[in-house]
Amino acid sequence: MEDDAPMDFGESNKDIEVAPALIAVHPNQESVAVAVGSDLRVFDVHGDCAISLVDDSSKGSLHKDSIRAIRYGASGKLLVSAGDDKLVKIWSTESWRCVSTVCSEKRVTAVAITNDGLYVCFADKFGVVWVVDLDGTDGQAVAKKKAAQLLSHYCSIITSLEFSPDGKFIVSADRDFKIRVTVFPNKPLDGAHEIQSFCLGHTEFVSCLAFVCTLEYPQGFLVSGGGDSTVRLWDIYSGSLLDTYEVGGKAGLLESNGREEECCSVITDLCTNQDGTLVAVAVQGLQEIILLKCSLSARSISLAKVVPIGGETFIPTRLEVSFSTGLLWMVTGVSNLRGFEYPSLARVRVISGLKSNADFLQNEPFVLEDNEIPGGRKLLEKLQGSISFDEKVFMAAAEALKTAMSNLLIKKQYSVEKREFRKKTRNDRKIKQ
Amino acid sequence: MLENKANPTFSKSTGLPRKRFYRARAHSNPLSDSHFPIPISPHHVDYSLHYPQFFPSSDQVHSTKKVEFADIGCGFGGLLISLSTLFPESLMIGMELRDKVTEYVKERISALRVANPGQYQNISVVRTNSMKYIPNYFEKGQLSKMFFLFPDPHFKEKNHRRRVISLHLLDEYAYVLGVGGIIYTITDVEELGDWMKACLESHPMFEALTVEELEADPVVKLLSSATEEGQKVARNGGQTFQAVYRRIQPSS
Repeated sequence: MEDDAPMDFGESNKDIEVAPALIAVHPNQESVAVAVGSDLRVFDVHGDCAISLVDDSSKGSLHKDSIRAIRYGASGKLLVSAGDDKLVKIWSTESWRCVSTVCSEKRVTAVAITNDGLYVCFADKFGVVWVVDLDGTDGQAVAKKKAAQLLSHYCSIITSLEFSPDGKFIVSADRDFKIRVTVFPNKPLDGAHEIQSFCLGHTEFVSCLAFVCTLEYPQGFLVSGGGDSTVRLWDIYSGSLLDTYEVGGKAGLLESNGREEECCSVITDLCTNQDGTLVAVAVQGLQEIILLKCSLSARSISLAKVVPIGGETFIPTRLEVSFSTGLLWMVTGVSNLRGFEYPSLARVRVISGLKSNADFLQNEPFVLEDNEIPGGRKLLEKLQGSISFDEKVFMAAAEALKTAMSNLLIKKQYSVEKREFRKKTRNDRKIKQ
Repeated sequence: MLENKANPTFSKSTGLPRKRFYRARAHSNPLSDSHFPIPISPHHVDYSLHYPQFFPSSDQVHSTKKVEFADIGCGFGGLLISLSTLFPESLMIGMELRDKVTEYVKERISALRVANPGQYQNISVVRTNSMKYIPNYFEKGQLSKMFFLFPDPHFKEKNHRRRVISLHLLDEYAYVLGVGGIIYTITDVEELGDWMKACLESHPMFEALTVEELEADPVVKLLSSATEEGQKVARNGGQTFQAVYRRIQPSS
C-alpha cells in the first residue's frame, strides 16, 4: 500500500498520527464510554460512579495505541474496543472485565456486533472484515479467540461497519466511495459471499453509516455521510440512492477566511433517533449539529434545524443518541496533540430533545449545561479527565484532526514529475540496486 | 516517406496500430491509488462513446442494451477481436490497467472498424483497475461471461493478494454475473492454475462446467488461441491450465 512508500519527497515533516476522541452510549444509558488515544474511560451513569476496567490478559495500559472504534452491543451486555494496537477487546458490562482479546493482523478501523450478540465483526485498514464467534465467552474466563475472514473490500480502508436492523445484512463503507451491502450468512465463519447491492453515489470517501427504521419500515433505510459534504439516503435492497442532502453551502464557516480550495467540509459522524425521524450530523469545522428530518414514506431527508453549540469552540468528533432518553451525546477531542500541556483532549457535551418527532416539536433541542448532564461533574471528570480547558486547545485539536483525516482518507494527487520521482525511489527498487 | 512521417505508429499495409510503439511494462500494481477517472456508478458510464453504432446519442445510454461480456486484463485485445465476430450482437468490454496497452487496443478497434465497415462495433476497452472498480461499471447480474486470461501470476506469497482471482474478489464477480453466467480462466503457470481452481471450487456461488459442456462451448477453444499471451505460450510449446465455472444460486 502507499503507506509503504518512502516519504522522502517533501513529506518528511509528516505529523504524528492523531486520533479523534470517540463516544459510545449504553442502549439504556446505563453507562457511557469515551476513548481518547489509548485511553478507554467508562462512567456508570446508573450507579453514579467511575468504572475501572479490568483486563487480566495485559499488564499496564489496556490498549497500547490509539483506539479507533468503540461500541456497545444491542443488548448492552458487551462493549467492544479496538484500534491501532491491532487488538480487539470485548468487555462485559456487568463485571467490566475483558472477556476476550482478539488479535488482528492489521490496524482495526471499525467494529460492529450482531443484533443477537453472537458475533463481533471488525474491519481493518486493508479492507478485510473479520468475524469472531462469541460463543463460550461467559463473562468469567478470558478467552483467546481467533477471527475468520468474512469479506473484503479490495485494499481500501473500511471506515464504517453496520448491521441492518433485521440483522440480515452487514454494510461496510470504504475510502473508495463505496458502500457494500452483504447478506450476513447463517454460518459467518465460512465467509459472506453474497453481495446484495453496492450503494454508489458518494464522490469522496464514505465516513459514517447509520440506519433509520420506523414501525412502517422495520427493515430500515441507510443514511451515509462522506468526504463530499453530503448525507445520502439509500435503499439497501437495490442499492438505489433515494435522496441527497448537501451540507456544502452551510459549511466552511470556520475557514471562510480566504482558503477557498478547502470549502468541502467532511461529514464526520451521523446518528439517528429511536423513531427514525431525525438524523443528527456532525460536520468538520462546524460548531453546531445539523438535524435532518427523515421521511421514509417520501424517501427524503431535509433540514429540520441547526443546533448551535455555545461556549468554547466545540466541534464534535463523534455522536451517539441514547434511544431510551433521547439525549444526543457528543464528544470532541484528540490524542497526541503536540505543543500543549495536556497531550490529549476530550470534552463531552449533550443535546436534549431527540427522543421522537413529538418530543422534537414540543421541546426545542438545546445543549445541556454541564451540571444538567446525567452523572454531572463526576461523569465529566471521568470521561474528560479534566473539567477546565484552554480555549486554544480546541482550535488546535480541530486543525490536527482535519489534517489527520485528510491524510488518511483523501487520495494524494501528485504532479507528473513527482509521480515519476516516486516511482524511481520505490523501496523494492532500492533493494535491487 | 511522407506517409511514414504522417503516422509511423500505424502499419502501412494493414492500417492497424503497431505494437512496438505501445511498449508497456509487463506488470502494474493493482494496489496503488488510481489516477484515472472512474464512473461514480454504472449509470454514469457513457456507452455512446464506446459503441456509437449501438448508442447513436448519449440519451439512449439507458436503453435496454447492456454490456454482456467483460475481458478482465484484456491485454492487447486478441480475445475481444475474436469474440466480436462470434457474437456480433453482444456488447463486450475489455478492462486493462496499463495505460499504453489500453491506448493500443483503442486504436486497434477503431482501425478495425474503419477497415471492416459495420463490424467490430460491439467491442471496446476502458482503462481501469477492475479489482477495485468492477461495481462502478456493471450492475448486479448484468454480465453473462467474464474472462481472466493469463493473469499476472504474483508468485510471492506476500503478493498473493494482488492476484485477480481470489476468494474475496470472486464475491464481486458473482455479483456482476447473472445466474448461469460463466467465468473463464486460463494460465500457463501451474501454481496459479491450481490457485484459481481452488478459489472457484471453494466458492459457494460457482460450479465447474462438465467436460461435455466445455466441449460444446465455442469460447473455450479461443481461450488458448485468441490472445497474444496464449499464442506466445503455444509458440514456446508451453502447457496451459484452465478453469471454467458457472455462477449458480447459492444454497441457503
